[in-house]
Amino acid sequence: MPTLQPPERREQIPRLELRQISKRFPGCLANDKVDLSVMPGEIHALLGENGAGKSTLVKCIYGVQQPDEGQIHWEGDPVEIKSPAQARHLGIGMVFQHFSLFETLTIAENIALGIDDAPGMKQLSERIVEVSGLYGFPMDPKKTVLNLSVGERQRVEIVRCLLQHPGLLIMDEPTSVLTPREVDKLFETLRQLRDEGVSILYISHKLAEIQALCESATVLRHGRVTAQCDPRRETHKSLAEMMIGSELPQTERPPAHPSERPVLAVKSLSRPTDDPFGVSLQDVNLEVRGGEVVGIAGVSGNGQSELMRLLSGEETSSNADRLQIEGKAVGNLDPAARRRLGLNFVPEERLGRGSVPEMNLMENTLLTAARQGLVRHGLIQNRVMRERAEAVRERFDVRCPGVQAQARSLSGGNLQKFIVGREILQRPKILIAGQPTWGVDVGAAAAIHQALVDLREQGCAILVFSEDLDELFEISDRLAVIFNGRLSPTKAVSETSRDEIGRWMGGLFPQPGGNDSATPVREVASHVG
Amino acid sequence: MWVKLEKRPEASSAMIYASPVLAGALTLVFGLVIFAALGKAPGHAFYVFFIEPIHNLYGLGELTVKASPLILIAAGLTVGFRAGVWNIGAEGQLAVGAICGSVLALAFPDSHSPLLLPGMLVLGALGGMAWAAIPAFLRTRFNTSEILTSLMLVYVAQQLLVYLVNGPMRDPSGFNFPQSAMFGEAATWGPIVPGIRLNGGFFIALLSLVALYFLLKRAFLGFQIRAAGLSEAAARYAGIRANRMTWLSLLIGGAAAGVAGVNEVAGPIGQLLPSVSPGYGFAAIIVAYLGRLHPVGILLAGLLMALIYLGGESAQVLLHLPDAITGIFQGMLLFFILAVDVFVNFRLRFAGPAKQEAA
Repeated sequence: MPTLQPPERREQIPRLELRQISKRFPGCLANDKVDLSVMPGEIHALLGENGAGKSTLVKCIYGVQQPDEGQIHWEGDPVEIKSPAQARHLGIGMVFQHFSLFETLTIAENIALGIDDAPGMKQLSERIVEVSGLYGFPMDPKKTVLNLSVGERQRVEIVRCLLQHPGLLIMDEPTSVLTPREVDKLFETLRQLRDEGVSILYISHKLAEIQALCESATVLRHGRVTAQCDPRRETHKSLAEMMIGSELPQTERPPAHPSERPVLAVKSLSRPTDDPFGVSLQDVNLEVRGGEVVGIAGVSGNGQSELMRLLSGEETSSNADRLQIEGKAVGNLDPAARRRLGLNFVPEERLGRGSVPEMNLMENTLLTAARQGLVRHGLIQNRVMRERAEAVRERFDVRCPGVQAQARSLSGGNLQKFIVGREILQRPKILIAGQPTWGVDVGAAAAIHQALVDLREQGCAILVFSEDLDELFEISDRLAVIFNGRLSPTKAVSETSRDEIGRWMGGLFPQPGGNDSATPVREVASHVG
Repeated sequence: MWVKLEKRPEASSAMIYASPVLAGALTLVFGLVIFAALGKAPGHAFYVFFIEPIHNLYGLGELTVKASPLILIAAGLTVGFRAGVWNIGAEGQLAVGAICGSVLALAFPDSHSPLLLPGMLVLGALGGMAWAAIPAFLRTRFNTSEILTSLMLVYVAQQLLVYLVNGPMRDPSGFNFPQSAMFGEAATWGPIVPGIRLNGGFFIALLSLVALYFLLKRAFLGFQIRAAGLSEAAARYAGIRANRMTWLSLLIGGAAAGVAGVNEVAGPIGQLLPSVSPGYGFAAIIVAYLGRLHPVGILLAGLLMALIYLGGESAQVLLHLPDAITGIFQGMLLFFILAVDVFVNFRLRFAGPAKQEAA
């Protein structure tokens, strides 16, 4: 580490100071006179909803974009950051939310590609061992990235930054892909870095994390700074108010009255993958009854998308019995046929799967609701189609100029409300939703949660796949975890805890089949390959 | 300095419709430059190429004769292009349609039945569909690119046609010329207005536009076709079967081309020749795109393309230019529509290499 400011001078010169930064895009003011300062050895939170302008601000700091107005000061001196290379040269490192690693290369090769003036391979490998050991996560530079877990990949990115002795480390939503255990480990590393004098700009919308980790925070809303505070002295409620301008809505969830017989049953479903980066499903068993919400937790990439495609019918299986809707074998039916039996699906990708981007909301309603009077004798019933689209728009508060608007012109949250609403208005018997609130702002997420719980009250069976444990604990009646293509047994939410589910997300759950001994699935799985 | 094409966030909707007009204008400008380079007075050449062919009623009739196959085939191909199925073998489907229609005409040379011509049209449609079914089967069964198979089958169809008019279908009293006997009256389109060659084929082409409009705007099937073409994953999610769309759109395109083939042999030609089409099947691809895959656009684009065919003929006669001039104009039109579309969807950015930053 380079010599940093001595502690007594810390208060005087901020490592990074933004003064009146504004950034305009056609049709929106992404940042409006934003002030922000990060002191040496401080973990500073940048808090805000999706679309509040956090990413734009960070891009200005990291040199990806240039602000239209305002100044950036680094160690007290005004600077103009024209490129990420220049930002790195100043001592700014950034760990992106979506990693930029080549899966088929080794850790050392990836790091060599990502830093300026990389030393020789041997020397670099030594440095990687040294730095990773220093921060408590020793890694083998010769390992291929393909075989690393998501948490390990993130550490590769962190080491890549640390090798360049950053004075400021920017972390963009770093916990969104981690298990609770990995989050704890990451926080330890970040605190150690802070104690060594590194400043950290920590971007998140998760209030609990920010309270646990950060000693100061800047809150953005609609591109403007709404508060600068010490999050440890605030409550959840007050932070949420600064962030969204109103109280955080709570989902009302009356006790469940599940049906006696399962509406959806998955029976020892296995499916080898033909994609080299895919996950093979192994002996998945699951029952969802009417009137209950079953949540499937797990870090993404553990077989969720494969399982969802088989459930929705986008992929069919020749063995029809493996999937049953109300006792009827449906494994060989396509999505339209399953929808006729009452199974509706909200996919993870909203644009280009849940909706056709270039089509308007009316046509996108027709996409899955055709059988409900929108088409007669092969002809589109324009009036019925418009009414249905309007109904979705009104009931689910989809904000758009009108149902003539193209799907791609809607914000992520509004499009998701539209898709969820479109499926719910078809009165499904089973609704399967993948990451229903991923990237959706807090208000829209609350609306979607409430809509799902209300649907449960009408006796619908609901299955939710999510990476967000807060979400799952808020809306689910029972929980299971998917890891490496295997599904854990389900447990009632009241009988489990975040800790237990967190451990399960790391692969440590009892083998389905009765005995309670926690066999580490990770080892079994690695033998199976 | 690096030149970079950058996708525009949203293409201007006005430009989407203005771009065919712009492409037409650019073709005209460069056409005049070519005339000048060939030593022809541009003003006169323009007159010969674009005005002279249609300055009288007969010329307008000729325009409909040329436009009919272009419009009909383009309407059929549009269904496929909307579905993301690239049938570029309409020229071959046209030839097979012409052969099948001719078989019926030659089998009943003395018939006066009013059903003969409709029968020929049905057979032609079936022939075109059968030819288009080959790429459909290969695509859905073996995932073969229909672009390659449909194109290669054009040459197979043309060889088949050459073989037939040199062999089994050759006119026995035709002095060994490679052509069939002339069709009887019941097997040909009669003139509608005396003195000009406008025939019923043109009305079939107009009907095909109405059908296309109805399919794309009102029918659920048309919606499924569009959805499949716009987003494969969304179509699969909705339960639209991609294979069904591939079959349907190739069969519709094949049927249209097959009927166009019959209209040629039963209309202006009146017999089966080795050259039933001066490249209508390929030119129709340009017509479909120039017409923005929209019925009204296809009508206008079809008429323009027909005028280029007529202008090429007139330039051969009056300006003594080779018939390649038609191909040059068609090529320029396609080139400019593609080029203009690139700039409608993308913009040029000049950037230094420093911007090529791996984020």
